[in-house]
This record gives sequence, C-alpha cells and structure tokens, in this order.
Amino acid sequence: MLLGPSLVLSAILFAIGVIGVMIRRNAIVLFMCVELMLNAVNLSFVALSTAHGFGGQVMVFFVMTVAAAEAAVGLAIILAIFRHTRSVDLKNINLLQG
Amino acid sequence: MNPSWIWLTIALPFAGFLVNGTLALVKPDAKRVVSLVGPGVLLAAFGVAAAIFAGLWSQPPEESIVVPLWAWIGAGALEINLALQVDQLSLVMLLVVTGVGSLIHIFSVGYMHADPGFARFFAYLNLFVVFMLVLVLGSSLPVLFVGWEGVGLCSYLLIGFWYQEKANADAGKKAFIVNRIGDVGVMIAMFLIFWSIGSLEFTDIAKRAPEALAVGGTLVTAITLFLFLGCAGKSAQIPLYVWLPDAMAGPTPVSALIHAATMVTAGVYLVARTSVLFAMAPVSSMVVAGVGALTALFAASIGLRQYDIKKVLAYSTVSQLGYMFLGVGSAAFTAGVFHLVTHAFFKALLFLGSGSVIHAMHHAYHATHSHDDPQDMRNMGGLRKDMPVTFWLMLLATFAIAGVPPFSGFFSKDEILASAFGRGAEHPIYYVFWAMGAVAALMTAFYMMRLIAMTFFGENRTGEKERAHLHEAPAVMTGPLLILGVLTVVGGALNFPTFWLTGPHHGLESWLEPVLAPAAKLMPVHLPHGATEYALIGAAVVIALLGLTAGYRATLSRKIPVAKDAPEEVGFAKVLFHKYYIDEIYQSLIVRPLVALSRLVLWKVVDQGVIDGLGVNGSGGLARGLGWLGGRLQSGQLGLYVLVFVVGAVWLLHAVVR
Amino acid sequence: MTEIVFYVLAISAVLSAILCITQKNPVPSALWLVSTMFALAGIYVLLHAQFIAAMQVLVYAGAVMVLFLFVIMLLNLGRDGGSDIKKGPVALVATFLGAALVAALVAVRGTSVAGLADRLNPGVVAGSPLGVVAGGDVQSAASFTNAIGAVAAPMFQTYLVPFEITSVLLLAAAVGAVVLAKRKL
Repeated sequence: MLLGPSLVLSAILFAIGVIGVMIRRNAIVLFMCVELMLNAVNLSFVALSTAHGFGGQVMVFFVMTVAAAEAAVGLAIILAIFRHTRSVDLKNINLLQG
Repeated sequence: MNPSWIWLTIALPFAGFLVNGTLALVKPDAKRVVSLVGPGVLLAAFGVAAAIFAGLWSQPPEESIVVPLWAWIGAGALEINLALQVDQLSLVMLLVVTGVGSLIHIFSVGYMHADPGFARFFAYLNLFVVFMLVLVLGSSLPVLFVGWEGVGLCSYLLIGFWYQEKANADAGKKAFIVNRIGDVGVMIAMFLIFWSIGSLEFTDIAKRAPEALAVGGTLVTAITLFLFLGCAGKSAQIPLYVWLPDAMAGPTPVSALIHAATMVTAGVYLVARTSVLFAMAPVSSMVVAGVGALTALFAASIGLRQYDIKKVLAYSTVSQLGYMFLGVGSAAFTAGVFHLVTHAFFKALLFLGSGSVIHAMHHAYHATHSHDDPQDMRNMGGLRKDMPVTFWLMLLATFAIAGVPPFSGFFSKDEILASAFGRGAEHPIYYVFWAMGAVAALMTAFYMMRLIAMTFFGENRTGEKERAHLHEAPAVMTGPLLILGVLTVVGGALNFPTFWLTGPHHGLESWLEPVLAPAAKLMPVHLPHGATEYALIGAAVVIALLGLTAGYRATLSRKIPVAKDAPEEVGFAKVLFHKYYIDEIYQSLIVRPLVALSRLVLWKVVDQGVIDGLGVNGSGGLARGLGWLGGRLQSGQLGLYVLVFVVGAVWLLHAVVR
Repeated sequence: MTEIVFYVLAISAVLSAILCITQKNPVPSALWLVSTMFALAGIYVLLHAQFIAAMQVLVYAGAVMVLFLFVIMLLNLGRDGGSDIKKGPVALVATFLGAALVAALVAVRGTSVAGLADRLNPGVVAGSPLGVVAGGDVQSAASFTNAIGAVAAPMFQTYLVPFEITSVLLLAAAVGAVVLAKRKL
C-alpha cells in the first residue's frame, strides 16, 4: 500500500511550503508556497481516501475550489498593493508593526 | 405584640436616619420636621419594645426567641443568618436603649436647637440607635459585631460633631483608633470560638461550650481574655479608657446617650451575653474583676481633681463601668446588668443636667460676648437659685451614684460589692477587689458632692453681667430630666435584695434567670448572709454619707478662684489634675515611637521603597517591559509571524504525540 | 512496479518543491511548482484517484498557475534584480523548524483520529463526530471501476449542500477579485 509513504511525502511537501513562507519575502512566491501546502494536504486526503472512502476526494474538490477563489482574491490584492507601493516585497508592507 | 415584630424597633430609627439624613443634605433648616421625626421614631420604637415586653411579661420565654431576617454569610460550615434574638437580657437592653434614648432625643431638641447642624445631629443619633439595637439584638457574634462597629462609627461622628475645631476631630479619631485595638480582640475571640465550638450563635455557644471546651482550660481563657480586650476598648477600661474623657468633646446629649448610658455598656452586655464562657474561665473572671476594680479606683481618683464638669462625669462613667466589670467578673452577671440599668438612669440624668447647666452658662457668656469656659466649674457656683429643677434632679442623681439608700444606685452598687465580697471566700484576692471598690465608692461620693457644691452652692463666680442671663432650661429639656429623676429614685425597685421582700421574688434576677442559668450553674454567686450582709450594707451607707459630707465641706471650706485666676496645682493634686500623665505616657511610649517607625521605616522604606518602588512602579515597569517585548514581536514581518506560529504548531503536535 | 513509479514521482515532487522556494526569480518558481503539481497528479493516479488527478492538472497546473504567471508578467516582476530570500540564522531556523514539523507530522501519522481526539479531549469517547468521520463507509477505492462515478455519488448526495455553497463562494471570489483589481468602479 502507498498510504504510509504518501502521508510522509505529504508532510515533507507541507514542511517545504512552510519553510518557503518563512524565508521568502516576495508576496507572489508566498502565495505559491501556500498553494504547495494546500497540495500537500490534498495528497493526504487522497491517500486516506484509499482506506476511508470517497469523502476525502470530495474534500479535495472543495479545497481546490477554495484555493482557486483564494488565488483570485489574493492576486487581486497583490495587484492593488503593487499599484500602491510599486513593490510586492513584504518588507515594505509592514503597517501592522507594533 | 408578637416578638417577630422586633425588627420594627430597628427599622423605625433607621427610617428616621434616612429622613433626617436627607433633610441634613437638602434642607438643613427644616428643624420642625427634624424635631418631630428624630425623637418620634425613638418613641415609636420604645412603644414597640414595650408592647413586645408586655406580651412576654406574663410568660417569659424559656429559651431565646430567634427571629431570622435573611441569610447573610454562608461559607462551608460557617452559616450566619442576620437574625435578631429576643430574650430577657436583650429585652432589658432594648428597653433601656429605646427608653433612655427617647428621653435624650427629646432633650436634644431643646439643647441643639440653635445649632446649624441640627438635622445632621439627629441623623447621626438615629443611626446610633439603629446600630446599638443591632448590637443588643443580634443573635450571633458577627451580627453583634456589626452593631459594635456601627456604634463606634456613630460615636466617632458625634464626638467630632463640631469638627471645625481640630481638638474635637482629634478626640473622635482617638476614640476610633483606641477602639480598633479592642476590636481586634473581639475578632480573634470570634475566630477562636468558631474554631473550637463551631458556631457563632449565642444559643449554640451557651449549649455547646461546656462540652467543647474544658473548664479553666487555656482555650476558653484565651477566648474570654480576647473578648474582654474588646470590652475594655468599648467600655473604657484600663488600659484603653483614655478615649472616653476626650470623647466629651461631643455635644452633651451625645455624652449622655453614647458615652454614659448605652454604647459604653456594650462591653458589660457582651460579657453577660457570653457569661457561660466567662463562668468557665475563673482566671479570666478574676482579670475582669481586677481590671474593673482598678479602673473604678483609678478613674475615681482622677475625678477628684477635675474642674471641667463633663470631665468629672466622664471619669465617673469610667469608674462606674469598672464597677460593672467588677460585678460580672465576680460572676454576678445580674448585678452587673442591674448596675448598667440604674447607671443608665442616673448617669444620663447627670449628663443631661450638666448639659442644662452648660446650656445656661453658654447663653450667659454668649449674651455678653465673653470667652470664658462655660464648662469649667470654677466659673459656676450658686446656680441652685437660678436653676432649681436642674439642681434638685442632679442632687438626686448624686445621691444615687454615691449609693445613698433608697436611691437606685445604692442597690446595684451594693449588690456588686456584696458579690465581690462573697467570692472572696473562694479566692481571697476578691477581698482586695472589694476593698478597692469600697474606696472608689468613697471617692465617688466625694467628687460628686464636690461637683454639686462647686456648681450649685456657694457664691456665683460667673460674672456680674452674665449673672442676669442665667436661667432654667426650657420644658423640653427639663421634662426628660424629670422622668429620669423618677427612674433614678425608684430604679432600685427593679432588683430589691431578698431580705426586703418576703418570698422568692427577686425582680431582675429571676427575670434574667433563664439567660444566665448556664453560667450560674458553672459558677454560682455567693452572696453573704446574715450579719455579714447587714455589716456590708451598713459600711456602704457610712461610706456614702462620709464621702458626701467630706466632699461638701472640703469644697466650700475655702474660696474657689475663677478659672482664669486659678493658681497652678501643686503636689499630688497636680498629678491627679493631669490624670496621672497617662496621655503623656502613652504619647511618648506608644504614639511617638509608632509615628517615628511609620515615618522612617513604614513610609520611607516600606511604602516608598517596597510598595511604591517594587509593587506599583515595579509592576508598571514589568508591564511596560513585557509590552516592549510584545511590540518587538509585532514586527510587521509576515515571516516572523509564521515562524512563531510554526513553533507553536510543532510544540502542540509534540504534546499530542507524546 | 507501482512503488518504483511512486518514489520517482515523490522524489521529483520534493525536488521541484525545493527548487520552487529557492528560485530568486518568481517565474521559474512558478514553473517548478507546476512541476510539483504534475508529479502529484501522477501520484493521485497511483492512488486510484483519476478524477482528482485530472482536476489537479486542469485546475491547478492549468488555471491557477497560469493566473500566477499572468500576474507576474503583468507586474513585470521577472526581471527584478535583488533576491528576496532570507539568509543566515533565519534560514537555518526555518529549515530546522521545517524538519521538526516533518518529524512531528510523521509521528502523528501513527495515531488514529479517534485516539487523537481522546488524547486532546479526554472524556469525549468514541461516538463523537470525529469518530463518525473516521469510521465512515470504508470502501476501497480500487473496487470501483467507474472512478468519476465513485466521487460523484457522495458529492451530489452527502455533500450536496456544501457543493452548492462553494458555487456561491466562487461567485463571491470572482466579484471580489474584480472589485479589488479594478482602479475605478
């Protein structure tokens, strides 16, 4: 069975996504890292659906929908920010600084 | 009337307090309403009390009737209801407080009429009665303690009633602070009682104490001594008596009501109420009797050489309270309560009489714009012609306090001395106490007659112009005096000695018997009988007459100088005049070191250093530091947020897996 | 045979992912992410989820990543000179945390959902909602020949209402994206 290795792979991919979020400052790459994490989770769902039924695959479908929506809105926000600051570097987007 | 209506006696004065207090705030010159409401609620309360008393007169309750009002404190095994207790003892106190209180309220209408704080005065006075009734009616120690503290508050407010003068405000503070020392004792006693007996209800204490505590044991001795510390504070016994003479700074009706008739007797009441405990602790009883006898002697000797008419009466009160404690310390609880009642009559009369004199003197000096002291007896003299009613009534009261038969004081004082003498058979030290009491009785007769002689006999020393303005007080003031005069004369009938009457009837004693029976079983009273009894009575009468005669002769044998021309006292008289320098000794031994300690250590080191520096500024600094750290965390950099978040996530997962 | 294919795909997915997050230029980053997604699509096929694999290629690799590239091109970010990758201690800490996360997740894998729920929330025993999900209709995906039908049945029966709600979500996202991106309405 591929369930165990799939889950390990899912964990590795998820961690890579997290590391990417931590070390990158480019907003678009950050979004890509988030997509990577969503994909890792999808892999878990699919792998587990082999043991626990098709509910997991349906959930993957929903995740994809949400990811698409999130990408659309997120990229629109990046567009708006870019217009404002001429940059997508998060270093320049720190209005929440304490 | 059904005893469950007892709450009305408290509610009525409280309503009066609310009305008068509101008027004092919004319409201080509404004197007509105030003078109707103030004494009116008291008279109504007295009516209720009398009706309840009449209902129980023919069939006195075997056990205390407890009237619960509502649950107050519930915490584990501690359950305290706000409940009122109706029994023989609390009924006696209730009648005294409301009865004498009503008379003093009526007197105050005349005495305080020109005062701008008229409404405020009656508000305080009503509030005092409320708390005093809570004190005497409370069915458990905590409820009693509420009243105990409440009367202390009202005492403070009324001593400092004329607060514009700093001396008066200081006297109020002194009374309050000295009373705190005693209150600590009451609280510790309450803790110990709850710890050992498991209840703070008086009925439970009386029932369970003989099983829960060992007779003469350390614990019961400690409890009673702590209780007595509280009584010494409230009832002005050595060493905490110093506040009472200063308390005379308040208006004279206050001195009569609070500092003579009711509040200061609360200590005696508390001892009588917890008589079972005192009966179980012979050592404590001895301490109580000893302190009482010593206070009686000590205060009476100071009274010999005072010139302020109210100061004499104040020391006389301290001395008479000492007698009461001598009585309850000799297990003669009935005698103590009996003297409490008669003392309330004649001392209230004396104070109100002195108030009437001061009233006249004040008006005389006011009319001529003189600044002489209207309370100094050296400025009086010969007033019997100007104020005959006051004179005759005060003379009666003097006979009563001196112990001349058949006035009321004779019976109560004689019973106390006889009980002390009787206990001497068991513990010879009580003979000493008896002797001290007897000497104090001699002094009492002396200084009281000196007061009468200086005030009412001899030549008038008030001044030529002022003399014309001296006049008798109005009827609203002499009326209550007359009633008190009657009570002073016949009050002794409450508890005639056995041999005067045939049969077992023994007024107050048989009335109080159900309440005091548990104590009497543990520590019976031994009254001397036969020849000894007659000898004691004879000695008491001789002492009284001797003191009175000596007081009259010694005072009028030489010319008394007016206060402002008076020479300095010399010798022992100077020591007495300065009250044995007790205030000065306390000042240098206790107050000054305490102030120095507070200033140097508590203020500079503890307050500024530890509390302000570490506590207040320290916690502020800590919060600011933490805020700064938190601020650093809020860098606005998303990467850092995620980093922290992941640390938390890993830690959580680790905790789950472990 | 299946295992070999799986590990080839897995290694290529991990490598592509690492390259994705370490490229200076966002355009190659996006392309490496597409590569990861293709590898994952292959793994989905191996896991008998052909429908999801197709969706992965169509929606993710096709639509979403094209959107990303489109924005990158639109903002002209590809030629940006400086690197935005953090170096030094931050990178080290991040890598360490990533490793720790993998370790923790792998350790969690051995725990059943019901057991986890019990450990997190002692007292709530089996029969809780989590338990129901875990013990749902357990059927092997391999037994279905009609892969699309197998997914469609629960989607349009059990999950019909959530499915309809996602359509509202998509509409809202479309409107929101337009509002945000337009200069003036």
